Parts: sequence; C-alpha cells; structure tokens
Amino acid sequence: MTETILSINGLNKNFGGVIATKDFSLDINKNQIVGLIGPNGAGKTTIFNILTGIYQPTSGSVKFMGTDIIGLKPFKIAQAGVARTFQTIRLFKKLSALENVTIACHKDCNYSVFGAVTHLGKFKSIEKAAQDRAHELLEIVGLQDDAHRIAGELPYGYQRRLEIARALAIHPKLLLLDEPAAGMNAEESADLCRFVFDLHEKFDLTIFMIEHHMDVVIKLCDYVTVLNFGQTICSGTSDEVTCDPKVIEAYLGEE
Amino acid sequence: MAGYYEGLVILVGINIIAVLGVSILTGFTRLFSFGNGGFMAIGAYTGAILSTKLHTPLVISIIGGMLMAGLVAFLLGKITLGLKGDYFLIATLGFGESIRVIIENMQSITGGARGYSGIPLKTNIWVILISVVIAVWIAWNLLHSKIGRNFQAIREQEIAADAIGIDTAKYKNMAFVISAMFAAWAGVLFAHYFSFIVPIMFNLLKSSEMTITVVIGGLGSLTGSIIATTVLTLLPELARAAAEYRMLAYGVAVVLIVTLRPSGLMGYKEFSFKKTIAWIKGLLNRKKTSSSEEEEEEAA
Repeated sequence: MTETILSINGLNKNFGGVIATKDFSLDINKNQIVGLIGPNGAGKTTIFNILTGIYQPTSGSVKFMGTDIIGLKPFKIAQAGVARTFQTIRLFKKLSALENVTIACHKDCNYSVFGAVTHLGKFKSIEKAAQDRAHELLEIVGLQDDAHRIAGELPYGYQRRLEIARALAIHPKLLLLDEPAAGMNAEESADLCRFVFDLHEKFDLTIFMIEHHMDVVIKLCDYVTVLNFGQTICSGTSDEVTCDPKVIEAYLGEE
Repeated sequence: MAGYYEGLVILVGINIIAVLGVSILTGFTRLFSFGNGGFMAIGAYTGAILSTKLHTPLVISIIGGMLMAGLVAFLLGKITLGLKGDYFLIATLGFGESIRVIIENMQSITGGARGYSGIPLKTNIWVILISVVIAVWIAWNLLHSKIGRNFQAIREQEIAADAIGIDTAKYKNMAFVISAMFAAWAGVLFAHYFSFIVPIMFNLLKSSEMTITVVIGGLGSLTGSIIATTVLTLLPELARAAAEYRMLAYGVAVVLIVTLRPSGLMGYKEFSFKKTIAWIKGLLNRKKTSSSEEEEEEAA
C-alpha cells in the first residue's frame, strides 16, 4: 500500500487582490519524486513558502504525515521533517562548509545548557558525533575536500550541493527543492539528476521539486503538476504532461 | 603607583566582562543593543543592595544581580525581539534610559540621583582576574557549542536558520539574556570597586561605548572584542591630556573602521598565536626566497 506523506487540499493564497494560488490540491506518496512546473510567476515558490510556514494560506489545508501543519511556525515544520532549499541560495555565507552542515545537526546535539557552558560530561562525544555526521553528509554531496572552505566562496554548483547537504542534516522525510538546476548547463544538470536520484534511494526520501529544466523533470519525476496563474492546469506522468496541449499553450502561447 | 596600575587592570577587567556580553549579542547574533548600560545598572544596584542590606558574600551578590538582569532581559526580549533590527535597537535605547530614570526615582531603595554609597569594597585584582577568566571561559564555550552555532546561523541567514528547525525567537532571546547577565556581572564588580554608584554612570554613553568597542574589535570575534576593550580602556588613561576627546576619538574610529575595514580589527577571525607565528614565518620565507632569487640573478 502506498502511504500519502503530504496531502494538500484546496489551497488558496491571495496577496491583496492578486491571486497567487487558487484551489491547489496535491497528494504526494512516500518515496515519490514529484515535479512542480510552470511558467515564471505561476506561483510555484508561493506553494513552497506555504508548505514551509513562511506564508499563511488564505484557505485550505496541508497535512504532513497525518498532522495539519498550517499555522505552525517554520522551525516547527522543519523539525517535523520538511527540509527545503531556496531558489536564491541561502547559505551561512561567512562560515565554512562544515559549519553550515554542523549547524543543521543541532537536533543531534542534545546536551544541556550546562553542558554547552562547561563542555563537561557527554558534550565532547556528542559534538564529535555531530562533526562526524557533518563530514559524512559533505562526502555524500561530494564536498569532502572543501569542508573548511568558506561557503560564500565556493563555486555556484558546490553551493547548491552544500545547501542540499544542510537540508539532509535535519533528518528530513520530505525534501523540497526549489529549482536545484537553475543556472546549470546540460552536463551539470545531468550530474545533478544522478545525484538527486542517489539521495532519494539512499535516504528513502520523498522529493517535491520545482524545476524549469524539462530534461531534469523527465528523468527524475514520477509525477508532474503544471501550474499557471496559480492554478493546476494539468498533472500526470512527465510524458503525459509534456504532450498536453494546455501545457504547450501555457509555455508557448496560443496558436 | 602599584595601586594605580592595579586600578587600570580592574577597569579593563570590568569592561571586558560587559563587552563579552555585547560581543555575543552583536558580534555573533547581529542584534544591536544600546541598552546594556541599563542591565549593568540593574546588576550594580541589585548587587549593592544585597551586599549592604543582607550582607551577602560577593559571589551571591553577583549571582543575584545576574539573575535580576537576566529576568528583566527575558521579559523585555519577549516583547521587543519580534521587532525588526532597527526598531529593536530603538526599544533597547529607550529601555536603557528608562532604567536610569526609574532608579533615580526609587529614592527610598536606590538613593535616587544622589547615588548609593557604602557598598563594601570587595572587588580587588584577584576577584577581577578570576572573574575575567571564568567569563571568557563561559563565553568561549558557549560560542563553541550548538548555542553559539545557532546564534551565528541567525546572524548569517535567519530564514535559512528557521528552515533547518532552529527556534530563532528563542535563541535571539537567549543571546539577549546572556548579554544582560554579563553586563550585570560587570555592574556588580563595578559597584564593589567604587563603593559608590550613581545612575548617570550607566547612561546611553556607557551602552554605546560597549557596542562601539565590539564594532572596532570586529564583529564575530571574541578575541577582537577583548583586544579592543583593553586598548580603548587604557588609551585614554595613558594619554590623560587627551582623555576628554575620548568620545570624539571613538566617533572618528568608528567612521574609519566602517568605511575602510567594515569587518573591524579581527572580523570573524579569532586571534591565535599559532597562526600569527605561521604568518610571520611566511613573511620571513618570502624575504628569503626573494633574496635567494636575487643571488641567482647575480650568479647568472
């Protein structure tokens, strides 16, 4: 039996008179890779921001693993197991790659304030374990040799990978990727596809991604939803979607 | 003369403890406060009252002062930390000044504007040295733990900090409470060194002096803050004639630092002997290789 991990129902979001999301519904099953595509300004990132608690929807419900997450603060949703990356990379720029990931391991560092002040008791072993885990995650994304480089000085593709490593550090069950292949050439995005698929296999991750590169979407996604003007215009497998006349119209305009 | 130098060390020590708190708040969490003079006052008066009325030992007075300031900071933080950067700063500025006015008006308890006297002289050089060592140890440990890393995450990128499950509101308030407790610690020591305190000692000038020190020392550098405090406390003493121009010099220093070296003296780096030695060695080696190149050229 397939288990629904995320269930979005009748989601609406208005900014004043602008309708950003209109009656958006979607179920994502465990272990699926789902794509969200659509022209610029279709309201894709708005949906991500609602899912992660940055925006409050005007109406509608979002259930993550059976519990309603609307109204929860962003950090609570993250703690529940929803991790994300950002369209414009948001790293802790002045800190090293290793520190970026270690910070995200904060839930593993379960020592008390007293432990933090004195560094006594289990502090050292817990810190060591967190550091080791951060190193491991860096290795998974292929940044093991750049652990001590400053995040802001890493090449663009590495920064994207580092952001994913940081998201993985919080033990997510659902990973939201906001245009992971943005600004990459064909070769780099093919690389990214392999890499994302490996993560999906390795961590049993459910992935929900916004992407413009159709080759990435076709390669990775089991299921695709197309958005235009905040509304779902079509959904299905990537083959079905790419042949749909409504999708072609949304991207290329009417004949 | 020995007494004079001892006094200088004590002053430097008191200022270091107060500035450590501001360094954690401003340098590591990027929250600007112009109210830490107020927390110093709360510490100084609470400690002084405990020592004179209840005859508590200095350690208890220090802890009492710190708890009082921590509690006030916690409540104030709950109300004001929801405000965006600049508005929070203005709220702390207002708080610092109102604490001064409140103390001036609680004449029966605090002695009002005429001051509070007869505080036992318990702060000596040993008390200061031990206090500074403990304060630096605590600050360093805190910053090199989950708590310090979460502070830096908030400084660098608050939205991302939220997105990885850090309760940013809780950690911002924690930084504020910690900075208030360090200020109070310094305040208690201050009161027991001078034996006499007046509210005006803890005015806006004092608060801004601490923030300026942290900016000059370099945001995100504990050692930078310590070096800057030492230099800025000693300079006006060594150049007595120019001491009245101190605030003018601070102003010029801040303008120069912000325009020429925005990261401050030690921005985001800690001072380490190892690295300094390596750096000096690097310089020497470069000289050697360049001189050997010259020799080769001569030989050719």
